[in-house]
Amino acid sequence: MRSLFCLTIAAVLGVSLLGAHASAQETHVGKLTGNAKRGKALYTRYCIFCHGPFGDGRGESAPYLDPKPRDFTKAVFKCRSTPSGSLPIDTDLYDTISRGIHASGMPSWKPLLRQERVDLVAYIKTFSSAFQEEKPGTPVEIPQEPPSSAESIQRGAELFQTMNCWSCHGKDGRGYGPSAATLTDSKGYPITPFDFTSGSRFKCGETDRDMFRDLVTGLDGTPMPSFGSAMTADQRWDVVHYIRSLSNHKEHAKPQIQQAGQ
Amino acid sequence: MTVGSTRIRIQWMALAIVVASLQPAFGIPAFARKYGLPCSACHEAWPMLNNFGQTFKDNGYQLGNERDAPIYQEPSYWPIMFRTTPTWHRENNNRQAVDAIPGNPTSGLVEQSVTTSGFDLNGLNVITAGTLYKNISFFVQPFIGSSSINIAQAWTRLDNLAGTHWLNLKMGKFEMDLPISQERALTLSNSGQEYYTYFFTPPGDRNPFVGLGLPQLGVELSGHNDTTRYSVAVVTDSSGGTGLPVNQAADVYANFNQSFEVPHLGRQQLGLYGFFGESPTYFQTAGGQPIAGTGQGNKSFYRVGAYGHWYIQQFDFFTFYIHGMDNVFLGNSVPSNQPQLLPIGSVGPTWNGGMFEVHYNPNPRLIFLGRYEMDRMSRQANPSIPSTLGNIDAWTLGYRWYPIMSPRAGLAWVQEYSRLTNAGQAPISGRDDVHNSYLMGFDFDF
Repeated sequence: MRSLFCLTIAAVLGVSLLGAHASAQETHVGKLTGNAKRGKALYTRYCIFCHGPFGDGRGESAPYLDPKPRDFTKAVFKCRSTPSGSLPIDTDLYDTISRGIHASGMPSWKPLLRQERVDLVAYIKTFSSAFQEEKPGTPVEIPQEPPSSAESIQRGAELFQTMNCWSCHGKDGRGYGPSAATLTDSKGYPITPFDFTSGSRFKCGETDRDMFRDLVTGLDGTPMPSFGSAMTADQRWDVVHYIRSLSNHKEHAKPQIQQAGQ
Repeated sequence: MTVGSTRIRIQWMALAIVVASLQPAFGIPAFARKYGLPCSACHEAWPMLNNFGQTFKDNGYQLGNERDAPIYQEPSYWPIMFRTTPTWHRENNNRQAVDAIPGNPTSGLVEQSVTTSGFDLNGLNVITAGTLYKNISFFVQPFIGSSSINIAQAWTRLDNLAGTHWLNLKMGKFEMDLPISQERALTLSNSGQEYYTYFFTPPGDRNPFVGLGLPQLGVELSGHNDTTRYSVAVVTDSSGGTGLPVNQAADVYANFNQSFEVPHLGRQQLGLYGFFGESPTYFQTAGGQPIAGTGQGNKSFYRVGAYGHWYIQQFDFFTFYIHGMDNVFLGNSVPSNQPQLLPIGSVGPTWNGGMFEVHYNPNPRLIFLGRYEMDRMSRQANPSIPSTLGNIDAWTLGYRWYPIMSPRAGLAWVQEYSRLTNAGQAPISGRDDVHNSYLMGFDFDF
């Protein structure tokens, strides 16, 4: 009788754990729920030639791409709303798929249906057990942006120097700092610092809020660290305003804020 | 030989011109090589585009990730592709006019079922396309046939004018923004490669406008966002013929479509289109011979319709409707300066056509397709013409299997059966004329 009771408890616990396991795998963006099985079919059609059949970034086209495709098995993602070292939330992955990664081989997949993009997120998460074992980080808060001004830009320029941003991105922000040639990503591939003069879009978005967020979270898997504790929020806005001022394109007027999950 | 049989012969000659002018559809692995993407990224099954490929095309062959301009490519990269289709095919015509005694033209014509078959090659397509610079795209498609080379398409496009997707200007020889692309048709067989509703011509009609499906010379303004697309083209009245062979008239084509997402089904699209033109009914002549480019006595014609493209997960259905009208002079092949030649009671011919094409695409390497087209005369130009003469029924069944699909090249194995019935068009008996085609072979794209 006692052993039967223990077995029952074990079975209940097992089912509960399995339920929790499944719950950790679920993918939600807004009201949409991802389906990894459908995502696999989409991955095979659209993604496999760069990211590879095992999601390790070793697709047929990978040798010819710079920067290299993301290795999903590491669960390390550049573009997140969560603190450095934590897993992204589903919407982060969805936004990256929708937006693409500027100045890389990753295009915007916005022409796919919203449901399809969510299904892809669900499948991408299956490549790493981290999504089963850990919870995503809590998205960082982005305070209201103060208006840009000459003073703010000046303060940002000074921070750009004192925080050593220039050593990678260069004194003029073109990505040719003295350290640039030595930089590698987390897999040892050479990586080029971003050229802030090249346009209004950045790796992980195009709004000031996106840039502010990148300063807080850093770009995991790259040498770009988090400045979450090294700068105050106002200082980060100053740096954002300074970086915006490096742009030499008319189109660099502040773009509309894009809501996550669109 | 009767006037009727002469007209039928003219129609068959026009049909032969259309078939000869049609180039096999294409995918462009030059883009796959440029971006490292597989065929399946842009194509439901090449050459048919999916929404990602259509967006890429609408954006001027640009992904928009700052890797589009040629400066980002290896200097050795050359945006060129080749395509050819070695096939074996069998053709049958149930009522072909033949000499009663082979080799004896005086023995009289009789109708006979004629079958031909064998290995064949449908010429060679060479396509170079891409971007000349950011927001300047181009497309050049020479076609090398068994005895000639022609420029199937050649155009340049200024993309994203004023920084908006809504303004793009294309100039040259191009396929208009059709509801379903003739150039990207999945079918290859003789009786199945053409969308007949695009090329339908009423009996006795001699409108030099061959049909919507041929690339045209002109300019096109187009634009789009994620769900809405429009295009307006002004084209020279020559059906793509170079050297200004017809006259100075300009025709207008417009297309508008709207797509929306239905949960659990997929993307759905609805559209309207129309082509409005004028064609000459006679030419200036010298010694009775028409002088090219001097067409006069323009008379109007139009083609209008609606369409829908419906997705139900791995199935998609394309539905298409067309209504056509040619002016009474065009419809009766009568010069407008000699109205007395019009038959009594003659009118401008009108007709209606429809098409239903279904695809089942279980995975990126396999697609099954079926198509049915019907065209029905609603009003003959000449009341003496039987009401059903010229009606068309055509259907095609087939599949394409892609054993090789890489970011470098594509290979498809194709099998297809098609059947075309022309009502009352048998050359002697006036009974239905039926063509059957079977084709199998490779579709090779590098």
